Amino acid sequence: MEPVVVKDNVYWVGSVDWNVRNFHGYSTHQGTTYNAFLAIDDKVTLFDTVKPGFGGELVDKIRQITDPEKIDYIVVDHVEMDHSGCLPEIVSLVKPEKIFCSPMGKDALLHHFHRDDWPYQVVKTGDRISLGKRTVEFLETRMLHWPDSMFSYIPEDKLLISNDGFGQHWATSERFDDEVDSSELFKQAAKYYANILLPFSSRVTAAFQEVREKNWAFDTIATDHGLIWRRDVDKILQSYVKWSRQEATAKALVVYDTMWHSTAKMASAVLDGLLLEGLSVRLFDLRANSRDDIMTDVLDAKAIVFGSSTINNGMLPQMADMLSYMKGLKPTGKIGAAFGSYGWSGEAVKLLNHMMEEMKFEVPDPGIRVKYVPTDADLAKCVELGRKIGKAVNERL
Amino acid sequence: MKSYTCEICGYVYDPEVGDPDNGIGPGTAFEDLPDDWVCPMCGAGKDAFSAS
Repeated sequence: MEPVVVKDNVYWVGSVDWNVRNFHGYSTHQGTTYNAFLAIDDKVTLFDTVKPGFGGELVDKIRQITDPEKIDYIVVDHVEMDHSGCLPEIVSLVKPEKIFCSPMGKDALLHHFHRDDWPYQVVKTGDRISLGKRTVEFLETRMLHWPDSMFSYIPEDKLLISNDGFGQHWATSERFDDEVDSSELFKQAAKYYANILLPFSSRVTAAFQEVREKNWAFDTIATDHGLIWRRDVDKILQSYVKWSRQEATAKALVVYDTMWHSTAKMASAVLDGLLLEGLSVRLFDLRANSRDDIMTDVLDAKAIVFGSSTINNGMLPQMADMLSYMKGLKPTGKIGAAFGSYGWSGEAVKLLNHMMEEMKFEVPDPGIRVKYVPTDADLAKCVELGRKIGKAVNERL
Repeated sequence: MKSYTCEICGYVYDPEVGDPDNGIGPGTAFEDLPDDWVCPMCGAGKDAFSAS
């Protein structure tokens, strides 16, 4: 693939990872990209690199524009390996005059690559450097989504380089938002937010406030994953505001795992109850759905009803996995309930309730336990549980 | 009472505000936070904080 012009003398020189399907546990059904950008100016500057294994592609693209040894500066907006992993080979090839990074970026780089001889230049929020015709201003965006993360803003180009912010895992030959299907793009952006940025939603609000106070004007957001935003800049910013507020809709999820189909029957009955209250509902069997896809629907769901059979005095392992993952992502303002079948002890519902309390869910019902196989009367109770949760959702919205 | 800043993520603990989401009421000095209190932003322990 060839480099792509992002702005006059600013090029995309990243890589498309067509076939990655598991990105540290995130299911990348359609691959991803690692975006890096090259600015040709008095000081030739490379913003970020790519994942280990893709360094050759990065260098090939740079060579189509200029001799890599002419690169003066490297800016590290984010130290995670998919963006900094090729730094050792690039630094050795380029011998840069300076490597710009945030204070936490320097700490992270030292702990990743153990090279105290690199020419680090630490920059903080508000610091500016001149490349010649253009300047770069930095904004530290700590915990969006690592402590080292920062934005680079080029006012002359109205260009914001946003590291992982506004990213999407989607491998395409197209590079810009206006060249692809918009609904798919926003679905991928929502999944990225739900699985990467959700726990740091308050930092998103704070960063937006800082950008507003700085009066930064940009018409293009060059993110480090997926498509570059130039048509829907306002729409993705508005979506981030909505997602960071965790604004929910009249939507409920039923998430369950089952051993001998009893809990599955209960899940269907709970779903019927939610539907009777007019909610939009999604049913997720944990054997068939990945935790990160479920999180995309958690983003705008008001209620989540969890079902698990009891095994060896606990909940089923895939449910424990789901809840551990969800808890770390800190969803807020949810309503929940639990159900499940059991044989002799039946702790799963109690444990599910405990996990929901830890996630500060509103739990308006103690939940339903059924011994072995549900009767019609048991299933009617499950329908009522669904209705109760559905009513609670309608009252809160 | 002094504010304290998390050196990892930049979160500022303001004793006037406390950390109500985690059961810490307004007016709680940083020194009086429980030993197992963690930064509500990044999860770092109290030892990651320094006076602002």
